[in-house]
Amino acid sequence: MTQTATDGAGSALVAAGIRLRAEDVSLGYGDRLVVDGLDLDVTQNTVTSVIGPNGCGKSTLLRALGRLLVPSRGHVLLDGKRIDKMPTKEVATILGLLPQAPSAPEGLTVGDLVSRGRHPHQAWYRQWSADDESAVAEALTWTNMADLAERPVDELSGGQRQRAWISMALAQGTDLLLLDEPTTYLDLSHQVEVLELVRRLNREVGRTVVMVLHDLNLAARYSDRLVAMRDGRVVAAGEPADVITEPLLAEVFGLRAKVIPDPVAGTPLVVPVGTGA
Amino acid sequence: MTATVEKARRRTPGLVPGRDPLRLGRFSGVWRPRTVVVLVVAAAVLVVGAALNIGRGEFPISVGEVLSVLFGGGDQAQRFIVLDLRLPRTLTGALVGGALAVAGAILQAVARNPLAAPDIIGITMGASAAAVAVIVLSSGFGAVGALAGAVGLPVAALLGGLLTATSIYVLAWRRGVHGFRLVLVGIGMNAILYALVNWLLIAAQVYEAARAQVWLNGSLNARGWEHVVPVGVALVVLVPAALVLAHVLGGLQFGDDTARGLGIRVDAARTALLVVAVGLAAVATASAGPIAFVALVSPQIAQRLVGAPRPPIAASLMVGATLVVLSDLVARTAFGAAELPVGVITAVLGAPYLLHLLVRHGREARA
Repeated sequence: MTQTATDGAGSALVAAGIRLRAEDVSLGYGDRLVVDGLDLDVTQNTVTSVIGPNGCGKSTLLRALGRLLVPSRGHVLLDGKRIDKMPTKEVATILGLLPQAPSAPEGLTVGDLVSRGRHPHQAWYRQWSADDESAVAEALTWTNMADLAERPVDELSGGQRQRAWISMALAQGTDLLLLDEPTTYLDLSHQVEVLELVRRLNREVGRTVVMVLHDLNLAARYSDRLVAMRDGRVVAAGEPADVITEPLLAEVFGLRAKVIPDPVAGTPLVVPVGTGA
Repeated sequence: MTATVEKARRRTPGLVPGRDPLRLGRFSGVWRPRTVVVLVVAAAVLVVGAALNIGRGEFPISVGEVLSVLFGGGDQAQRFIVLDLRLPRTLTGALVGGALAVAGAILQAVARNPLAAPDIIGITMGASAAAVAVIVLSSGFGAVGALAGAVGLPVAALLGGLLTATSIYVLAWRRGVHGFRLVLVGIGMNAILYALVNWLLIAAQVYEAARAQVWLNGSLNARGWEHVVPVGVALVVLVPAALVLAHVLGGLQFGDDTARGLGIRVDAARTALLVVAVGLAAVATASAGPIAFVALVSPQIAQRLVGAPRPPIAASLMVGATLVVLSDLVARTAFGAAELPVGVITAVLGAPYLLHLLVRHGREARA
């Protein structure tokens, strides 16, 4: 498994429905190693959430999956091919990503922001084709942002702004989406709104989503799979009910907690007791 | 008025509000009427301003007569005065203004910082230092001076600009180039080069120092076709390049991660854009000296006029050209017999804006 996948192994991955794979991946900034020898598979048509304490390497892992960071060891495979060997524009037609707290220039309208998502499909002489237009219109409709298309992004509320950015990722038309903490800085109702949108994208149009989330209860409710990380390693991965357990919470977060069934969704619900300090 | 707008909307129905399409064969873009209006108005002001400027002199010619000469009419004397004697000055001004403005627009957009104009971050100062070195040294220092004089002022300025830009880029590079560090390193570089220019002026003979000083103010005096051609060629090559790269520039306006996510090769794109900007700024400086603040102010004026989220290339070009031609007109007419260098006027216009930017940035930094 530590070898680079050959074309044969690559098509085997595609046949098994594995869209993204991290293979013995080590990641760091300069000399500092953040992720050490990590393996991870992302299956077609699932919502996967990466959870773990601050500084455990969640966002770093997501950046590597989105080819923003080249592993110092190991590889990331997209549809069985090494992502770092693919033309970046080709990757951008398969995989879209939303960085944590992205920034837009002052005065940019929602319509112009979302239209930027079409960049990988455009050229300097083809900047607003009929395809671009319909994809953007559709993305705005999906996120309920069509009425705000002419408003500057910097004048929006936090929830609206996040929906605008998600629209941009949608307009890109990729069936893989990587979202880095899409609910940060949002109040609870807007967090739920964003995650419901993510789930609809998965259930209704088959988008495969990988996201980093902080809230364990929301992660458990809106994900098919959870990946729990600590100190740059995967401690547990699987369905929410298998991952969110009292021993795991103690191991990963150093948290004493009760896990009960969520009275609404039946997914695990974490009720903290204390840090045990 | 609203009826015509409604009619226009029906003719080109857009699915996305504010982004009506403009499509011609394989070409497609967004129809932005405000940009078109700005371009047309700027072009009209530019032509009238240029005609007024050309008409001025010992032998005055009316705007109508100048325009008729430009479009092929006029008598032989008028044709000689306008085309051979006076047009090169105004044309140099317009081209230099356009080149500086596009250079400024690119640099400000790449650095995501309105302070990142070539005259603030030392690129025009680098070109100036090289040019002043040529002016000052070519009469002293024997063989070296003679060689420098022969290579000529434009080439020296171009090399000086490119060398400065490369140094700034290398010094500011730390796993990619960040706008703010680029500006800070550039301001430092500007100060060093300014000291170098001053040292050259002090070390020089009085006559050479005076010549260099006039050039340093940014002047359009005694400009001939030999000044028009280099900057004209640079514009013909580099402005289309800038317009092609503008599409990528739009994507670079977001953070680097977002831009990479959109499939942009961020470092390659940024390098190409910087080369285009430096080429334009250096060639412009070679032709007319470092005309102050045009590169800083024009893109910002253009951005506000068209209501864009970043400095627009085409509108900046037109605003820069118009600004320099009008400034030259003011410099030559407003002070009686004394004709000031154009750079004095642009400095008077631009310096308050720079102060405004610095004050605003200071406030934002504190907030």
